[in-house]
Amino acid sequence: MSGPYENTERHTQFVGQDKPRRNAVRHAHGRGKFVDDIVLANMAHIAFFRSPYAHAEIISIDVEEARNLLGVVDVFTAADITDICTPWVGKLDHFPGLRSPEQLPLANGRARWNGEPVVAVVAETRAIAEDALELIDVEWQELPAIVGIDNSRSADGPLVHPEYDSNVAFVMELTAGDSKDAFANADVIVEDTLELGRQTGLTLEPRSIIADFDPSLRKLTAYHSTQTPYQMQDIFTRHFNLSEENVRVISPDVGGSFGMKLHVYGEEMAAVAASIRIGRPVKFIADRMESFLSDIHLREHKVHARMALTKDGDILAMQVDDATGIGPFSVYPRTSAMEGNQALRLMGAPYKMPHYDGKLTVLFQNKAPTCQYRAVGHPIGVTTTEHLVDLAAKKLNMDPFEIRRRNVTTQDMYPLKTAGGYILERLSHEECLDKLEKLMDYQALRAEQAELRERGIYRGIGIGAFIEITNPGPAFYGVGGARISSQDGCFMKLEPSGKIRIAVSVTEQGQGTETVMAQVAATYLGVDIDHVDVITGDTERTPYGGATWASRGAGIGGSTVMIAALALKENLLEIAAVILQGDASKFDIVDGEIIDIATKRSVISLSELGRIAYFRPDTLPADYHPQLSVTRHYVPQGTPFDFTNGVQASYLEVDVETGIVKLLDHWVVEDCGIILNRQLVDEQIRGGVVHGLGGILFEECLYSPEGQLMSATMADYLAPLANEMPDIHIAHCETPTNMTPLGAKGVGEAGTAAAGAVVLNAVNDALHPLDATLRTTPLTPERILTALGKI
Amino acid sequence: MKPHLFQYIRAESTQAAIALLEEFGEDAQILAGGQSLVPTMALRMANPETLIDISAIAELQTIELSDGVLTIGAGCRYVDVLNSDLVAKSAPLLCQAIPYIAHDAIRNRGTIGGSLALADPASELPACMLALDAVIIVESKDGQRKIPAGDFFQGTYFTDLAENELLVAIEMPEIASNQIHKFYEISRRSGDYAISGGAFVLTHEDGCIADARLAYFAVSDCAVLATKAGEALVGNSLSSEIIETVSDIAAGEIEFFADLYNGEAMKKQLTKVLTRRMLTKIHDGMN
Repeated sequence: MSGPYENTERHTQFVGQDKPRRNAVRHAHGRGKFVDDIVLANMAHIAFFRSPYAHAEIISIDVEEARNLLGVVDVFTAADITDICTPWVGKLDHFPGLRSPEQLPLANGRARWNGEPVVAVVAETRAIAEDALELIDVEWQELPAIVGIDNSRSADGPLVHPEYDSNVAFVMELTAGDSKDAFANADVIVEDTLELGRQTGLTLEPRSIIADFDPSLRKLTAYHSTQTPYQMQDIFTRHFNLSEENVRVISPDVGGSFGMKLHVYGEEMAAVAASIRIGRPVKFIADRMESFLSDIHLREHKVHARMALTKDGDILAMQVDDATGIGPFSVYPRTSAMEGNQALRLMGAPYKMPHYDGKLTVLFQNKAPTCQYRAVGHPIGVTTTEHLVDLAAKKLNMDPFEIRRRNVTTQDMYPLKTAGGYILERLSHEECLDKLEKLMDYQALRAEQAELRERGIYRGIGIGAFIEITNPGPAFYGVGGARISSQDGCFMKLEPSGKIRIAVSVTEQGQGTETVMAQVAATYLGVDIDHVDVITGDTERTPYGGATWASRGAGIGGSTVMIAALALKENLLEIAAVILQGDASKFDIVDGEIIDIATKRSVISLSELGRIAYFRPDTLPADYHPQLSVTRHYVPQGTPFDFTNGVQASYLEVDVETGIVKLLDHWVVEDCGIILNRQLVDEQIRGGVVHGLGGILFEECLYSPEGQLMSATMADYLAPLANEMPDIHIAHCETPTNMTPLGAKGVGEAGTAAAGAVVLNAVNDALHPLDATLRTTPLTPERILTALGKI
Repeated sequence: MKPHLFQYIRAESTQAAIALLEEFGEDAQILAGGQSLVPTMALRMANPETLIDISAIAELQTIELSDGVLTIGAGCRYVDVLNSDLVAKSAPLLCQAIPYIAHDAIRNRGTIGGSLALADPASELPACMLALDAVIIVESKDGQRKIPAGDFFQGTYFTDLAENELLVAIEMPEIASNQIHKFYEISRRSGDYAISGGAFVLTHEDGCIADARLAYFAVSDCAVLATKAGEALVGNSLSSEIIETVSDIAAGEIEFFADLYNGEAMKKQLTKVLTRRMLTKIHDGMN
């Protein structure tokens, strides 16, 4: 054996180290295995006839010609599968009053958005299925389309659902303190109406599924590009009347999800129905146009907001009226009320704002459904709040840093409850603001801005504080009646070789979940990270859990792996003690070796321990049964969420003749608690920032007044590209949470939360001398020149 | 997003391609780089029964300079033109323009002839041909026709090319020592279709403009030459007053067409700004 193990802490401490994603090399070699890479014997392909109208009655459907095309296996409509698939409704009990009609995989009687699937065709190839779609004849009666938010809200306008008395799906009101009184006594009031444009998810890998129903066993195996295999196992079980143990959901490599891949979509459900009907595997891969038409959209909000302040710049109150258009249905099973709920609760959340009145109105429309997506609600709450803070700062002639320093919640206040009702354990706003000011060299930028203005160059600086919702606990979905788990599980075993294999219920979509889980296991077991193999994304091979969404993977999944590792370590030390006839408490594990703590020398390797325990248990005492694997589950405790916080800044230049915005620099100072892997954390933040920048400058699902989606290709829907992105500088503060054993919070939403807000503030800062204010997003050149009165 | 079934034929020579066009008539389409046609087929917006692939025809991929005339084969890919020293010397406008066309992957496959035959109003090359006063050479079984660029482009995706004709080459005069080529476009993202774009060829004598061909793209139903603005420049030096006047004239004479994100007023404003900026750059370069 080698010499004594010095610095045992350092040897085993993989948490906090930069570790690149362990599957990156495999992907770089082109060895990724996504759903579309999987080809099963006898597999058929499904395609959909979609509604050409935003709103129309289906008078009749003639599929005979399609059915007779050579190579077509099956053609069906909603009416043909009501005995196979039970309908669903996107409601949760903790959103009282939320209403949404029953949905089937295909439009039933009436189509309610342009692109809604109406008829399914199953054929030997996708091309034949698409040929057959052209032979389907649907007789329509077009109805008036409800497109805009005002259009939907109008009292005497047409209805999306004739059985309801209005287009309102849900109303929520929040009150803290007495905002009326605060406004009456305020020195300064600022107010504005923001209109935030609809975006969509745009994952690199589109939505995909192979549904393989074996009628002999009534067993369904779904290879499914989803974040939440357990949720989908439950949904397939219940809606197709199967036994849970006979439903297996496998998520192979998933090429991005961002919240878009955890909702129930008609196409995937129809693929399952098709497989049950024909007893063959059925593949659905959304093409890019189908993605634009039928993936969830997000964040179409019209927000009227007011802020009351004292003459010294203390924020007293906000009053917010937020209306959001969600399309024709509240999406199952997480509902389309959640985004508005979180937006409303995040208003003013970084600040000591005692009084608040918020009203949310969720409206039906004839557009694609909207639902949860990365940074659910955050950009709406943060953009509204930070826009008002900047308006107030300008009115009070205060510096944007000064007004925020004055108002952020401070160290002496925690734990505290925000006006929106969130409980904050401990944040670090003051520290983040200080760090940001230094990081961006704020005073130098202001000087440069002033100097350039003299020469007719309009640069702007935008700042915004945010809090971020992470690590959701059991009060999130379970209490609303949804069968979405808030706990996670980890199975962990010692291989005879001394290596470790773990199977965990959090999932990987490219963000590095598996790497972080390996880091945590390696650290708390005391083995090399490369000796830990991680299995995710298979309901038959992993413990049941919540999986990955809402920035819960690292915090909750990591804690699960941590307690499993500590339990297995205890077992392994006990086995070592039995083998060596020593005292387990005198041993530790370092670098895969059991060491004597006193001498720091290896006493037995894990591979030798594995050999003895697995192959020569006859050498151990009678009736001794080495426990070589463990399973542990972890339930988040304490507050309903672990909040993180941060602050962002943007520096940009507006070409006031063309309306083109050039992003020059972007900064993020962020506090996600204990950092498990800085490289992955930074890339989460950068990716999140780019999502936010895309939303504020480029991305918009454009609908015509008739409800036709106009931006349904990558040429027309403008995704953010690398050339237009600024350098994104990142710094951290670390305020651990005491709510999880690991101390880590989430980080997936942070970048997106405030990136758009600070760009809006920077553009308005740039245009301030020209007396122009932007309030509609994305900030297109045309909108900027209109605000400037140039066109 | 799968195309209809189609027949694919690879033509080995120009003559063979022309013979195939005669044989299959309106049901056939020429496949060159496929950068517009193939996505359109995937969307089933184009449904040709027969594709005649001309990408392997070497004689369509030559670049030659002879007697002051640069001839570029229609099958040359953007990247071939961009990397050609001959083009850089004799028609620098094209080398300025091509980096603005989409992205590397598209420039590696898309062809000059394909772009001109498609006549997308937002495409860069038709405007370059107008500015360069190029001649489009098309060929059928009846022989060749030489069509001035100004007559070739007739509207959105609409040209003088007949169904049985193959676009085989483009001829353009070599740049003269007193000529300036300038290309510029304003777009939201690199590689996007422009909001407004310009391709200018200016001839100067004794510090004054003797001839000005100001061509624009992405502003109207096809590439357009702003003839009044060009005439207004003739006989003048590029003073800031003249530049302002000419920019106004250009913005006034073009019939603007909106795109998905930019209305006619936007197109007009940006055309004015673009003209001013291009002429100012030319002025700065001359001094």
